[in-house]
This record gives sequence, structure tokens and C-alpha cells, in this order.
Amino acid sequence: MEKFEDQVRITGVGISQVGRRLMRDPVELTIDACLAAIADAGLDRMDIDGLSSHPGPQTANGYSGAGVDAVEEILRVHPKWFNSGHEMPGHTGAVVAAAIAVAAGLCRHALVFRSTWETTAPVVARDPRYSVGHAPPGPAVASEMLSWRVPYGAYSAGNWIGMAATRHFHLYGTRREHLGAIAINARRNAALNPNAIYREPLTMDDYLGARMITTPFGLYDCDTPCDGAIAIVVSHRDAAKDTRRPNPLRLEAVGTQITERWSWDQGVLDHEVMLAGPAKSLWERTDLRPKDVDVAELYDGFTFNCLSWLEALGFCKRGEGGPFVEGGGRIARDGELPLNTHGGQLSGGRLQGFSFLHEACIQLWGEGGERQVPNNPQVACVSSGGGTPGGVMLLARD
Amino acid sequence: MMTDAVPRPFPAITPQNEFFWTAGAEGKLRFQRCQACRTYLHPPSPVCPTCLGKDIAVEDVSGAATVAAYTVNHHMWHPAFEPPYVIAIVEIEEAPYVRLTTQIVNCPPEAVAIGMPVQVQFEQVGPAWLPVFAPRGI
Repeated sequence: MEKFEDQVRITGVGISQVGRRLMRDPVELTIDACLAAIADAGLDRMDIDGLSSHPGPQTANGYSGAGVDAVEEILRVHPKWFNSGHEMPGHTGAVVAAAIAVAAGLCRHALVFRSTWETTAPVVARDPRYSVGHAPPGPAVASEMLSWRVPYGAYSAGNWIGMAATRHFHLYGTRREHLGAIAINARRNAALNPNAIYREPLTMDDYLGARMITTPFGLYDCDTPCDGAIAIVVSHRDAAKDTRRPNPLRLEAVGTQITERWSWDQGVLDHEVMLAGPAKSLWERTDLRPKDVDVAELYDGFTFNCLSWLEALGFCKRGEGGPFVEGGGRIARDGELPLNTHGGQLSGGRLQGFSFLHEACIQLWGEGGERQVPNNPQVACVSSGGGTPGGVMLLARD
Repeated sequence: MMTDAVPRPFPAITPQNEFFWTAGAEGKLRFQRCQACRTYLHPPSPVCPTCLGKDIAVEDVSGAATVAAYTVNHHMWHPAFEPPYVIAIVEIEEAPYVRLTTQIVNCPPEAVAIGMPVQVQFEQVGPAWLPVFAPRGI
């Protein structure tokens, strides 16, 4: 039976300038990424007839740099279909939605983008000349999901996920050196990625000696906020021939299920939450297995998120993620499972899940330059989120 | 651990959660419970996810709980919270599937452990009485 995934191809990717406190308009960065992706596909902008994004319109806290609204106001592609939102299987759920729309015939070339300005937005919010992003006077009132956490000083996802990591350590004997192997691997790869934020070498002593944020996470267990945008073009299989890409990528399968409580504390306690479901449904939609994956680009908002994904996806058994990454050899570029070859979000910058997707395409196209993995990769696994919830997909050479 | 120099943030009180955040005024910890199938519900819900019943009442629990997960926070996210302090997920004795993200108080951070028995106490912040937990039987 043909899956919707079979009917689409990825035909282009683009990335904007990426950096900290760029003080550039995030809409401009978004347009830069969109035009780069369209050019990479060899298309004209008016060939784009679908727009999809996560998580929606620009936010004053920097989480979103531009929504479909801002992009359409500039590109004026008159999309036959569009979509954005936050309740998706991972940040890259926007790609799943676009693929479904393309497969269903609503559009032929969908442009999917994600933009963030988390290091410029706080500068704007502190600037007395402006009146956006300022905290209202008086005590803060925490609403919705945060109302159960912020009154206890649990502001950060690092606090929420750090608790799961503590339990993982307790149950399985996982150690900080295990998480450190993920951070050091990311930095080693970032050194070869000109778009990465942090490129200087990181040793295990540096990792262990860094200031503690929230146990067991030190500074280098946490990804780094940044400004930047990424876009990709999802084309119909029959329309891919209109692009310059001789080798568009197949979407082999997507993972989109929720099998747990939609909650940071009422469900799973020893993993990042809401990534077991995506992993389960991914493998139900393909005959490929973890051993068939040549390169893994797995969400690393914190080192432990990445460890959770390795276990949830079945690259190793639950609880065995620590020994799996120990020493870093297996996950190195020349190892059996090259991991986060661009530096992840840990060293590459928090591009909200989309840098993993971008890097998977680059690696499958053999365009990784100095950081290209040597194993001529045919299949890449890409995950994003967890908690938000998570989503995962397999990309493959055609 | 917490200073009063800067006002602490408090939870938005809503018609749905008001019973929970104000029960501490009477020294009680309370949760919703489905009167048909006896499932405890948390966070508050208008419909029981187990049996879809709508006959939901609020019941007191003992306040006894067990630490299921924790983190010692060392970063100052907000001046009202002086690090280090312990954030934990505790499981409620009557229904371990009901958890609260909370703070462990009256306990050195290095003494907190998974499996540690704890007991509720309350800290008033704005309109809310926050359930926090201290080691039980000390």
C-alpha cells in the first residue's frame, strides 16, 4: 500500500545567518532562509503554492521569529494551502503537515520554515525605547502549564527534564560522563560547521567543570539560544522534476503518535516525555530498522533529550543509552551511528528542531564539506521536540 | 531558598483550579476524584479520562507522598528564588499516578533522594497556598 510519504520529495533547503544577538529583524532572516531554500531547489518563488510553519506568528519572547502571516505578506506566493501551529508532532510536524497537503494535491511545492530570535528579543525587551516584551509590574502570574511549575522556581525545561535525567541515572546507572559524550561529540562536529555558534574544542574536563545549572545538567548539557531561520521545500514526486535537484530525497516514514500523558510530570518519568509514541509509529510505517540508519540527527535541547531519543527509537535498549554513547566513538562522524553532525542545538544553536532536518538533507546530498560523514549515507533519522510533543522522520536517498 | 525581597510568582487562580490552590488555607491537600470510578484527576478536569464520568468531587488526601524524581537547581532564573533549591516530582500516597511538581523544603539538597517519604506543608504566595513537601517523620 502506498503511503502519503511516498508521494513527496524534499527538493531544497536553506538557512539564514545564524548567531547570537544579531539584532536583525527576524522576518528578514526568515525570508533569507526561504529564498535560499527556493533557490536551492532551483524554483521561482511563484512556484511555491503551499506554506507551513511552527509554531505560528512572531512572539515577543523570541520563540517564533515569523509566522505564515509575515512570510506571505512579503513573498505573496498566494498559497493554495497553508498551516502553522504549536500542537504538532515536534517542530518538524510542520513538514509532516506539508507532506500530507502535497500528497493530497492541495499544493505542489510547499515551503516549510522555522524562525527564532531568542537572543535578540530579550535585548529589545530590555530597551526602554521599545514597549514590547516588557514584564508587567507586580508579581508574575503563571498560567496554564507553567502555573504548576513556575511558582516552585521550575522555570526551565532544564528543570523538568533534569528530573527525568536524575531518575534515569538512579534506575540505570547513567553518569554525567555519558551525557558529556553527547556534548563533546556535538562540539567536535560544530567545529566543522561554519554556521555553528560554538566551535572551539570542548574537553570532558571542561564539560564536568562547567557551572551546574540544574542537576545533573551543567552548562554544556544545555543548548544555546540564537537567532536564525531554516526553510525546506517539500515537492510532489511528479513536480520534483521541475526542480534543479537531480537527487530529491524521499520521506521514508514519519512518526506522529502520542502514547503517553500530555504532561511533563503525570506520565513517563525517566525519559523526555512524548517521544515514545512518535518512535513507535515511525517503525510501524517502514520496513527499515534502526540498523538501517546511516546518520542520526536527534533533538538535543539538552544532552539527555538526545539520549532519550536514542533509546526511544531503539538504537539501544531503554536504560542503555549511557553505555551506547560512552567514549563517543560510536556516535562520531566515522562511527557506526554518526550523531548530530552539525553540532546539534548544543553547539550549533537552538534553531527549534529544524537544524536536524537541514543537516540530514545536507548529509544525504553529500554536501557536508569538511563534516560530511564518510559512510555514503542513504538513510537519515531526524527527530525534534519531545515534550512539545516530539516528532520523528526518516529521510532517504531516492 | 526563597527570599521575600522580590515578589514570588503565583499560579493563575481559575474556576477549575481554585479548590487546589486555596485548600492549604485549611492545611489540606485536595484533588478531584471521579465519584463513579474513583479515579483521582490531576490537573483538574471536567471529565474523567478513565470512565468519561462527569460526577467529579473534591476529596482530601493525607498529604503523604514519595519523591519520584528531583533536580537541584543552581541557576537563578528569577530573583525571588535563591539557589540552590530542590525541585521534585512527588507521587501522592493514595494514588501514585497523581504527581505534583513541587519543592522539597526543610532538607539539605544533598539529602534528597528518589524514594524519600515526604509530607505536605503549605507556603502562601499571593492568593495561593503552594503545597511543598518536607521529609516525613523527622
